[in-house]
Amino acid sequence: MFQNKIVRRALSTVFTLFLISLISFLVIQLPPGDVVSTYVKQQEIIAGSRLPAETIEYLRERYGFGEPMYLQYLKWVGGFFRGDFGFSIIYDGAEVADIVGRRIGMTFLLVILALILSWGMAIPLGIYAATHKNRFADYLLSNVALFGLSIPDFLMAVIYLFVAIFLLDSNYVGGLFSEGFVDAPWSLARFWDFLQHLAVPLFILAIGGMAGTYRIMRANLLDLLDQQFVETARAKGLKERTVIYKHAARIALNPLISRLGMQLPVLLNGTIIISIVLDLPTLGPPFYRALIAQDMYLAGTVLMILAVTLLIGNIIADILLAISDPRVRDG
Amino acid sequence: MADAATNPAPAAKGDYRLLSVRQLMWRKFLNNRLAVISALVLIVLYLATIFAGFTAPYGPQDGVSRLSFAPPTRVRFCDENAGCSLRPFVYATTAERSKKTFLLEFVEDRSEPHYIYFFERGAPYKIVGLIPWDMHLFKTRNDDARVSLLGHDQRGRDLFSRILYGGQVSLSVGLMGVLILVILGSVIGTLSGYYGGWFDAVTQRFIETLRVFPEIPLWMALSAAIPPLWPPEWVYAGIVVVLAFLGWTGLAREVRGLTLSLKKRDFVLAAQASGASTGRIVRKHLIPNMMSHIIVTATLAIPVTILGESALSFLGIGVRPPMMSWGLLLSDAFKVQVIALYPWMLAPAGFILITVLAFNFLGDGLRDMVDPFS
Repeated sequence: MFQNKIVRRALSTVFTLFLISLISFLVIQLPPGDVVSTYVKQQEIIAGSRLPAETIEYLRERYGFGEPMYLQYLKWVGGFFRGDFGFSIIYDGAEVADIVGRRIGMTFLLVILALILSWGMAIPLGIYAATHKNRFADYLLSNVALFGLSIPDFLMAVIYLFVAIFLLDSNYVGGLFSEGFVDAPWSLARFWDFLQHLAVPLFILAIGGMAGTYRIMRANLLDLLDQQFVETARAKGLKERTVIYKHAARIALNPLISRLGMQLPVLLNGTIIISIVLDLPTLGPPFYRALIAQDMYLAGTVLMILAVTLLIGNIIADILLAISDPRVRDG
Repeated sequence: MADAATNPAPAAKGDYRLLSVRQLMWRKFLNNRLAVISALVLIVLYLATIFAGFTAPYGPQDGVSRLSFAPPTRVRFCDENAGCSLRPFVYATTAERSKKTFLLEFVEDRSEPHYIYFFERGAPYKIVGLIPWDMHLFKTRNDDARVSLLGHDQRGRDLFSRILYGGQVSLSVGLMGVLILVILGSVIGTLSGYYGGWFDAVTQRFIETLRVFPEIPLWMALSAAIPPLWPPEWVYAGIVVVLAFLGWTGLAREVRGLTLSLKKRDFVLAAQASGASTGRIVRKHLIPNMMSHIIVTATLAIPVTILGESALSFLGIGVRPPMMSWGLLLSDAFKVQVIALYPWMLAPAGFILITVLAFNFLGDGLRDMVDPFS
């Protein structure tokens, strides 16, 4: 029974992967003209030189331009197995895989740190609000949470940029390193500089993620505290701390895990848009520049990678939930 | 509220009486003060932008180059010579080259107060683009002394007027997008839940795949593909479609789930047994029962759509000039390297924020309202 479930899940995942690549390919094909022609034109305008004829011929052959759509699609997808996702125009014909590879780590570092930070703040606050229901702190937290939920990440980044320039009178122009540290090797000073720059985007991301998590944690715990097993635990003479943390709060975490699948895309969205506004070295800025310049292999690949990671994130969330909640595992 | 008068139940000494579900819902909504205030704020915002020609003192492209980046004019009540009056007035703004920094500095010309008149005739415009008129809510009688509540932009255009005109796009994108989203989501969701089978399987797979894509990057990709040579109205329509393209999946799922549970209920089975057509069952039995859920979901989808448009326009891949939206106006603030000098250019961010907050509070209130017995 259990194995059957895994097989079915694996099959549907493969099918979803196929659909993701198909939609990404459609996005690549959306702008008029093919990528090679755009590249040739762009080289003529910017570099003022014509690409060698054999290069153009090679690229046409490699990506199947002029051939039917399905062949172009197959050639593009076929390249994945060799680590070839196409070439980038704005990076002078560099491999898309290289560009993505250099920035994907920072993207997910930001997402994961923001997730940890938002849960680290939301869970204790949720427990506190639920155990102090209808007190002043509960009202305050709940209203702040609704407010935090409504402020879009991109506006927060915009406002932060303004505050940083205007009020703090700093030379901050975005990025994750001060001027002297951009190309420096890792050292304690560089790491400290990095942390200082990371703090703000991380905090902006975490605030948005925190509000929803906090509300769910509070509501769940409130429901659970009314239930009989909590009464029983109290009747046994357990300490109130044990009742809340070991019995009630432990179970209240399960819905948070199942909500991971919804929270990850929100954080990823936020990371991309904040990165564009604050120019952080994640996948956001090259994706944005690629879209403006119609550098479609880069844009389409980034889009596909983001979707695939979210798919993997969903699967991890399901596995975590199965570990955490026996009813999901056996039911 | 009219139901109360026709309600035959005797109101014994007025202590208790029967309330219809509708009355219960209305009471519940009025009890949520934040939601009521939000609803009022939204009504004011929508009216002010729909009749932007009337509420805005100046036209959206009506600029005075000597007022480039002039700060907001202060509305005053007391003048040194003319004394105080209830009628507010402004001083004319003049630009002077500073002798120290050689930067242009704006100073008030205090020689003469220019009073603000309400319901004053001025530049002609068309209401909703149809009816020509020239009445303005407030303005001065001297066009050299302009009243500008939120300052001027680079070309000396009044930002307050531009925000009101820009709101026409920003606020309507939310409604239009959600209209498409509701139609798509409820039709596909109902069919998928009602018929099941292969149609259900295919749509569910498709929805799952669409939902795996992070929405802002996919919006950006689709919106960037809108041809740059399209006329502004087409671009606007294109953006509405792009924004609705992802949003419907959530609603479709919700509606499908509701349909699945409703179609096994007795009243639907009874309708089927008495030979009602599928169309009739969907129209008379399924949709009315799901209406409240659809309305709540739609209300909460509006701010998401408004934000999407703002983000896209801010990044320069949304609506294009001469069309205006709050996101586009906000991007003007960041084109200037020295935004620190002109902080009022951030005003559109405030309008976006207020609208989004108001819709979220309203949605929250509606959600409580549709469940009046809790």
